[in-house]
Amino acid sequence: MPRTRIVIPDEIDHISILDEEGNLDSGLEPDISDETLLRLHHFMLLGRRFDERLLSLQRQGRVGTFAPISGQEATQLGAAAILRPSDWLVPAFRETAAELWRGRSMESVILYFNGYAEGVDIPEDRNDFPISVPVGSQILHAVGVAWSIRYRGKDDVALAFFGDGATSQGDFHEGLNFAGVYEIPAIFVCQNNQWAISVPRKHQTRSETLAQKAIAYGIKGVQVDGNDVLAVYAAASEAAQRARSGGGATFIECVTYRMSVHTTADDPRRYRSDEEVELWQKRDPLNRFQKYLTAKGLMSDEKIEMAENTVKEEIQAAVDRAEERMKTPGDPLYMFEHAYAQMPPHLIEQREYLARELSEQKKG
Amino acid sequence: MPKMTMVQSLNLALRQEMEKDDRVIVLGEDVGLDGGVFRVTDGLFQHFGAQRSVDTPLAEAAIVGMSIGMAAYGLRPVCEIQFSGFSYQAFHQIENHAARLRWRSRGRFSVPMVMRTPCSGGVRALEHHSESREAYYAHTPGLKMVIPSGPRNARALLVSAIRDPDPVIFYEPKSLYRAFREEVPEEEEAIPIGTSQIVREGSDITIISYGPMMRPTLEAASVLKEKDGIEAEVIDLLTISPLDDALFTASVRKTGRAVIVHEAPRSFGPGAEVVSKIMEKSFYYLEAPIARVAGFDVIVPLFNRENAYLPNADRILREARQVLAA
Ligand SMILES: Cc1ncc(C[n+]2csc(CCOP(=O)(O)OP(=O)(O)O)c2C)c(N)n1
Ligand SMILES: [Mg+2]
Repeated sequence: MPRTRIVIPDEIDHISILDEEGNLDSGLEPDISDETLLRLHHFMLLGRRFDERLLSLQRQGRVGTFAPISGQEATQLGAAAILRPSDWLVPAFRETAAELWRGRSMESVILYFNGYAEGVDIPEDRNDFPISVPVGSQILHAVGVAWSIRYRGKDDVALAFFGDGATSQGDFHEGLNFAGVYEIPAIFVCQNNQWAISVPRKHQTRSETLAQKAIAYGIKGVQVDGNDVLAVYAAASEAAQRARSGGGATFIECVTYRMSVHTTADDPRRYRSDEEVELWQKRDPLNRFQKYLTAKGLMSDEKIEMAENTVKEEIQAAVDRAEERMKTPGDPLYMFEHAYAQMPPHLIEQREYLARELSEQKKG
Repeated sequence: MPKMTMVQSLNLALRQEMEKDDRVIVLGEDVGLDGGVFRVTDGLFQHFGAQRSVDTPLAEAAIVGMSIGMAAYGLRPVCEIQFSGFSYQAFHQIENHAARLRWRSRGRFSVPMVMRTPCSGGVRALEHHSESREAYYAHTPGLKMVIPSGPRNARALLVSAIRDPDPVIFYEPKSLYRAFREEVPEEEEAIPIGTSQIVREGSDITIISYGPMMRPTLEAASVLKEKDGIEAEVIDLLTISPLDDALFTASVRKTGRAVIVHEAPRSFGPGAEVVSKIMEKSFYYLEAPIARVAGFDVIVPLFNRENAYLPNADRILREARQVLAA
């Protein structure tokens, strides 16, 4: 009975296709139609400019607290782009670009971040979950959805987003473990943006990568350059293929960066250096993709300018619509809706109480 | 005496207890370099170092579970859960272990830890950042549940919580963090856990409240005096569990009328317990049915509708007047 060695896989792939300068590894270039490439560009640009606009509205008191996405567009869109309409998206709270790609309106985002319940507006033809604020908790919901997809014999997938910080939560480990045990069609996309508020990635875990955690759970793990939309797309497509064909779940670690504040209540100068931010600005996912599209002949300076203008107009129109809508405050009585399928008697009573109070207030 | 916000006075309590007792360790998400998202632990990392102001990975169950082990070992962990809405991630540790280790080990181990956490609404926050769930903790045997209502009592209660031999859940109403300043003495001050206070004397009606609802309650009491010529006695519970019923029993026996006010949902809330105690001990002194002013039994709405959810002075006044008219 000697002391022997058990060999376990100790390597994972890292995928990078388009580097900081826009140089391409053409051998790895995924096959994406021009139409999809341009759509990806549109949403990357929209994601960025909308984020900037929200931030400026927030600073003017026209939007409440929210979590900016700047710098993480490639991660979100590269992954969301592989979804079919019938697939399930299970987001965290920093995936606005992916949500817009899936059909959520900018207007609804503005309403939501202004505290309007009406801002939760899940498109009829999508099975996308609303954002989930409790870090990592949604991962298990994607597991349940994926289990059910397999139970029903469908070839859809469930895709969950979460951050690097979330990988410290039990929910993350339990989720990946279940996914391994049940071999379900789930895709776990970690937006490793290097920070969980003030806590740097290296303080979350001693592991060299986050992706390697998949090994322990017996599912496929891969790390990609999360600022390279082609790499994210390639990894996500592979994961989707595996999932749809019964090959089980995949954990994709996207290495990216939160270029902005954690939320609008945060002051990053307390914990990170300007040099670090500048370093990552050079790795900007949008610039890089624009260089690629230009080299491909799909973009040019003029076309980029046109795209900028289109996006600007779309955003302005959404802001106008949302602000018009917000001239009417939400009816407070709405807070009693959707509590239960059927309103129980004590809530009917409380609703009447509030209604009386409101009408007295109106009378003065 | 220096005037302080609640954030500053809590910081003072932590700083002084850490200075005095090297068993006191602060831990949690972003409590170190960042000083906590509300800055309650500001400067502790710089002053006491990373060993005593410990930034943890993002895992509430681990923060509370580890605190239990630290406390059993003989340290005095003061852990921060960034928002009370995320304390449920640690609920099994609180219910299954923090509250029971003394009992389970027949007194061999104890859990002198504090779980500090910002609670309640009123700051236009995102979902999960506005709830008042003190009843969960007050309902768990083995725990103590404390909620201050201003800078001075916050400091004095936190000192007691840190020194308490049992686990204390310390709710910090986030709407009060910077709402107003009070004089807070530099020298030590402690309020024993389990004692309530009369903050306004009166003989016509007793209004019992705590935490974030103390301000609207006191506002209503002044209006009652000015407009109705009514003297309301106002009691600040300060500790929800163990509940100090002596003070409000005496008060209700004097006034014969009572209103209880809290932000937490109405049904099965702390108010129900207070009402029961009054029925048990002061039934024959009552002149009128007791009123409860509380949050509605729904999820706290997103902030556009939050004001209609939160009890306010008007609502308290209306209920108090009904009790007075009966
Ligand atoms: C369970 C839970 N704990 C704490 C928080 C407060 N909080 C919100 S975001 C965040 C950091 C999350 O980091 P990460 O998972 O890396 O996502 P990122 O914010 O970087 O997108 C924390 C601590 C929360 N929302 N949920
Ligand atoms: Mg992060």
